[in-house]
Amino acid sequence: MTWSEMQPLLSDACSQTFTMVLWSTVIAVVAGLPLGILLVLTDRGGLLQNVLANKVIGQIVNVGRSMPFIILMVALMSFTRWVTGTTIGTTAAIVPLAIGGIPFFARLVETAVREVDQGLVEAVQSMGGNTWTIVRKVLVPEALPSLIASTTTTIIALIGYSAMAGTVGGGGLGDLAVRYGYQRFETELMWITVAILAVVISLIQFAGDFAARSLHRRGARSGPAPKLRLLKAKEPAAAEISKVA
Amino acid sequence: MSVRRRPYETHTPAPCRNRMHPCPGTPTPAHSTVTETHVITTSGLTKVYRSRGREVTALDGVDLHVREGEVYGVIGQSGAGKSSLIRCVNLLERPTSGTVTVAGQDLTALAGRGPRAGRELRRARSRIGMVFQHFNLLSSRTVQDNVELPLEILGKSGKERSRKALELLDLVGLADKAKAYPAQLSGGQKQRVGIARALAGDPKVLLSDEATSALDPETTRSILQLLRDLNRQLGLTVLLITHEMDVVKSICDSAALMERGRIVESGTVSELLATPGSTLAAALFPVGGEATGADRTVLDVTFHGESATQPVVSQLARTYNIDISILGAAIDTVGGLQVGRMRIELPGRYEDNVVPIGFLREQGLQIDVVGQDAPLVKEGAK
Repeated sequence: MTWSEMQPLLSDACSQTFTMVLWSTVIAVVAGLPLGILLVLTDRGGLLQNVLANKVIGQIVNVGRSMPFIILMVALMSFTRWVTGTTIGTTAAIVPLAIGGIPFFARLVETAVREVDQGLVEAVQSMGGNTWTIVRKVLVPEALPSLIASTTTTIIALIGYSAMAGTVGGGGLGDLAVRYGYQRFETELMWITVAILAVVISLIQFAGDFAARSLHRRGARSGPAPKLRLLKAKEPAAAEISKVA
Repeated sequence: MSVRRRPYETHTPAPCRNRMHPCPGTPTPAHSTVTETHVITTSGLTKVYRSRGREVTALDGVDLHVREGEVYGVIGQSGAGKSSLIRCVNLLERPTSGTVTVAGQDLTALAGRGPRAGRELRRARSRIGMVFQHFNLLSSRTVQDNVELPLEILGKSGKERSRKALELLDLVGLADKAKAYPAQLSGGQKQRVGIARALAGDPKVLLSDEATSALDPETTRSILQLLRDLNRQLGLTVLLITHEMDVVKSICDSAALMERGRIVESGTVSELLATPGSTLAAALFPVGGEATGADRTVLDVTFHGESATQPVVSQLARTYNIDISILGAAIDTVGGLQVGRMRIELPGRYEDNVVPIGFLREQGLQIDVVGQDAPLVKEGAK
């Protein structure tokens, strides 16, 4: 296989993976964030203590997390058809990816939010803040470095899941590697796919770590003001990563 | 708001408070901010924690009365219930029974059922400032933004918030740190930010939950000084809890001692000192020393207020021509007054010393004979 033959295959696969991972991450973050926060708030001793709700949400999240993705994908077929009108193709693959990503991200959010110092919650309560204020001004901003790290982990997990999307004709890099690299013995193409995935994953991990670290160390180094400004300049970048990827 | 004199100012006019620099004639207006109005009152406050079938009584019928404009210290060992007490005052902790009244408002009536705070309670809380042992500053916000947080909750405009925040940072001496993050500050600076933040809602009452316990002695002094200044300048009532006697000694007008969920002693510092057998007074002014022989009389002499300025010991020695040994003494400035205790030894048995003891009592001193009757004064805890 020559490069000119591989090139369109690769660029198609890349854009399919990108589409699947982008949308499923967006949905997982949007839905998983409130779910994770609710898990903390409804827990025993939480601000909205509700043992029953906590148990129910916790159970759903547990089941969703431990379900093998390939089974989830098949099990969700009828739901996928109801949402997208089809069970085949890139768009259809987004549905199970997002559903798989939500509990995954929710658990990570729960852990991140739980680590926020309870004293800060108390401080805001003593100022007369309500639960919504506490979520908005304390839990989310204080957990932000961890939340960004969690988003990174979720993106990478979803890239992994998306390789299985080939089974429902979703395409993408994983599917390409299986169909050409494995079934047609195009070893070169397979290695190129592997290399692309390795580079992409490393880049995402690096960017995520960098963003989380810059936020986390905010002000920790009693360095001069320019350094602070540099860190500040990176903050929007962190937000971008979570949106784009 | 009527300004009344404190009880000990009433018995003797023109008190002279400073032995080093006597001030004849003009008594300096001391803490004129204290009035007899009770700004914090708890009655029958009880808190029982239940966990896994076990019950722990943290507060057992606590009645606390904090007067407007005073610095009130609650002291006790860890586990005595003082932390539960202060957290019940703004209902961060719901009392099991009893009432809490702050600035004339019954907070327990506002609480409602369930753990969530209703609008009324939240509004009342915003008028009570609170500072914490571990500062509890948001690491994601700058110093200025931290101070602005309570103002955001109150719904103030951005301009007003930043004006107020900068004004408060100036008041606590941190105007130049407005743009810094908490991680860049020292412990003492963090607590100053905590205090500025607590003052943002213009509270009448400041609750201090072990505010200096995480600080070194020097920083502790400067933070206490700041609290004292705020108390004087703003007429702020301060209720603080601590396990350090020095905190009570340096800034409190009144104090209470807690043990196993109960207040065992309370009152103004001079009232405590005048109470025979007061554990708090003994801890505030520890005097030690045993009789050097069998034929000796050991006395604890308590000075409260102006009598500390009289050279009573040398007068006694001269008048009765007896030799006096000082076994121990603790004299200090408490709430701006020179007060203290001294343990002295006179030759001869108690029966031989009735006259000199009578002389000391005539001078307006409180005399406890050590080893006579019941042991009146326990050894200092310090």
